[in-house]
Amino acid sequence: MTEVELSPEVSEYTEVHRHPEPKGFIAKWIFSVDHKVIGIQYLLLALVAAFVGMGLSLLVRLRLVWPERSFGILGDLFPVGAPDGVMTPEFYLAMLTMHGTIMVFMVLTTAPQGGFGNYFLPIQIGAADMAFPRLNMLSFWTTFVSFSFLIAAFFVEGGAPMAGWTGYPPLSAVPEAAVQGIGQDLWVVSIAFFCIASLLAALNFIVTTLDLRAKGLTMMRLPLTVWTWFVTAILGLLAFGVLLAAGVLLLMDRNMGTSFFVPGGLVVSDKAIDHSGGSPILWQHLFWFFGHPEVYIAILPGMGVTSHLLATFARKQVYGYKAMVYAIAAIGILGFVVWGHHMFVSGMSPYSAFVFSVLTMCIGVPSAIKTFNWIGTLWGGQIRFTSPMLYSIGFVSLFVSGGLSGIFLGQPTIDLYFHDTYFVVAHFHLIMGVAAIFGMFAGVAFWFPKMFGRWMDEGLGKIHFWCTFIGVYAIFGPMHYLGMLPHPRRYAEFTGVDYLQTGSAGELHYFITIAAMFTITAQFLFLFNFVKSIFAGKPCTEANPWEATTLEWAIPSPPPHDNFGGKVPHIYRGSYDFSLPGAKRDFAMQCNKDEAVYGSAAGGD
Amino acid sequence: MSEAHAAAAEPTWQGGGTPFAVGLKKFGMWLFIVSDSLTFSALLIAYSYVRAANDWPTPFHFFPSIVFATVMTLFLLSSSLTMVYGVSAAHHGARRAAVKWIWATAVLGAVFVALHSYEWLHLMRDEGMYPWQNRYGSPLFGGTFFLITGLHMFHVITGIAYLAIVALGYRRGKWTPEDVEVAGLYWHFVDLVWMFVFPLIYLLSTSVD
Repeated sequence: MTEVELSPEVSEYTEVHRHPEPKGFIAKWIFSVDHKVIGIQYLLLALVAAFVGMGLSLLVRLRLVWPERSFGILGDLFPVGAPDGVMTPEFYLAMLTMHGTIMVFMVLTTAPQGGFGNYFLPIQIGAADMAFPRLNMLSFWTTFVSFSFLIAAFFVEGGAPMAGWTGYPPLSAVPEAAVQGIGQDLWVVSIAFFCIASLLAALNFIVTTLDLRAKGLTMMRLPLTVWTWFVTAILGLLAFGVLLAAGVLLLMDRNMGTSFFVPGGLVVSDKAIDHSGGSPILWQHLFWFFGHPEVYIAILPGMGVTSHLLATFARKQVYGYKAMVYAIAAIGILGFVVWGHHMFVSGMSPYSAFVFSVLTMCIGVPSAIKTFNWIGTLWGGQIRFTSPMLYSIGFVSLFVSGGLSGIFLGQPTIDLYFHDTYFVVAHFHLIMGVAAIFGMFAGVAFWFPKMFGRWMDEGLGKIHFWCTFIGVYAIFGPMHYLGMLPHPRRYAEFTGVDYLQTGSAGELHYFITIAAMFTITAQFLFLFNFVKSIFAGKPCTEANPWEATTLEWAIPSPPPHDNFGGKVPHIYRGSYDFSLPGAKRDFAMQCNKDEAVYGSAAGGD
Repeated sequence: MSEAHAAAAEPTWQGGGTPFAVGLKKFGMWLFIVSDSLTFSALLIAYSYVRAANDWPTPFHFFPSIVFATVMTLFLLSSSLTMVYGVSAAHHGARRAAVKWIWATAVLGAVFVALHSYEWLHLMRDEGMYPWQNRYGSPLFGGTFFLITGLHMFHVITGIAYLAIVALGYRRGKWTPEDVEVAGLYWHFVDLVWMFVFPLIYLLSTSVD
């Protein structure tokens, strides 16, 4: 076993048992139990999924603007869905469904938590690995099986499912529905596997965070990244079990002739359906009891990364650390009591709607606390405009833009008008989709030198940031206006309907599609930068190139097999001790004793 | 910052593997139970929802249906008692006794599964009750019955396999008394779920005449 040289930053440490390094390619890179390898596996899965999902969004935009046009290659790939390359409306719905499902589950849920959480949570708390390494491996491979099932849905008879990422019955529950074949079954099975993988991973994260912290690392000294991964794990533990139950019910409806979600008297494709007694609203309750916490599962880790990076690159302590922690917890708790705001138009009692609306407004409070504290952190700082910092600032901007429209949608009277329009599409893409993805960009750019021991190209990173930042506002900004017209979502085309031709609606859709093509092209800059830098980036030999404070920067880049070589550093301070008055440097690492920071006695350095 | 200094003076966290005096596996099992109870809760809520929305039949007669289910319940509850003896023996280092009690638990669980399967077959063959249809009324009566008791039975069968692995592993000294206790947690949880299923699915479906 190779001896790991400990950074001089570490003032004191505890010797712990070392794990032997795995031997052979398969044990090391495929069925690895090392949280770092598993983290990278999750990141790569999410990267593939993100590009598939992005391609689907391109098809969706192309179909909206040029419904009649033939795209030759599509005709070869999908002879049924796009005969002669012309996309059918059913094909449009299928692409929409798969775009949403892949992005929400396989990108927004896996990369921030499974990817960065797996890689950096154990290191930031001073642990050699997760609490249950083999369970961790099982979680990843179950996720992989889930992803495979989902992708298989493209290629089965009847094609991909069309019921939307929310899988609303009766469309999703009635096999007789037009061209809804085995693809919808694969979708449900995929989601069920994903639930199992996610709740096992969540359990692992919670035990790890509470039980494996290094000496001196109290909860109120945890980096905010760890706090968000921890709260996200609690949300996952409580939410995915319910979706699993809903998935089992849906699968029984489709294959065993039960009718939990299918009401009586339903006629589908001119056929009377032999079901009775069920309720589609039941699915909506179960789904959104999961679905709303899921929104926070996607966005919370991005908030953590943003807080972490704003402090690091503004060279200031996080403004209101405790308030940030309480805000994270409050968002997590409130996330479980607002699911009804997705169902205002489903025939809800106005009293229930009022309660859900008030609770929804309450989420504005912790969200505002976080936003003001981010601005407070930046205020008066000596800001270093690196590419990870730009992505983090972009996150704050997108979070505010997307969050403000949520205040409108959370009110039943306004939601009656906006429901199922492009206003909603703009809202959730900005806040849940793009903001969360900016969190991931920030994480990749920030931790890349640690993960791979090489630098990403900073210039390319900045170009990518500006193209994407401008691009997403060009896409989703005009959608608010389209939603007010109101253009309904999930419609395959708008031509030929008079009331939808008001004003410049047609030109706006055209503009949005062009902006989407531009933004998608820009993502290849990121992909190129990412792949090129892994193999040929400028080597980064320093342990702490960003002059950051948390534990991952006290070990070599890339980190050795069991992170600290059996010597777990002791922790002496909070996570964000920047610009301490009287200190020798403008930052103090968590493992620095006071003597090392102020130089009053012979210290660690 | 002054706060950080004060905290640095007295480190309150000593680090280490099991700071809450709860082993990692035991803690993990508790969290799994939290998650799994939410899955069962969701199903029971779905059951309440469709029950309230439909004209619900109450076809089970006190004899034989409820009596039979009570006997099943008795076997399952007894298995929790033998599990308690098993965990206790393991913690006192009485390895052979502990293994014996764990096997007794698994056997009682197996009797429960056997009786339950007999009941299922009876309902299907003699009463014509299936997940998709029955002769009592709402087809969802059969749907919820087989779904919820089926998922519970799946947990019991998984538990029997788990107990067998623990019994073998503990006898060979591969597993510790704590592992026995963790298996016990799971087993008691499965019993506890039945204490919700029995009144909600069986007793509330009893014919009143």
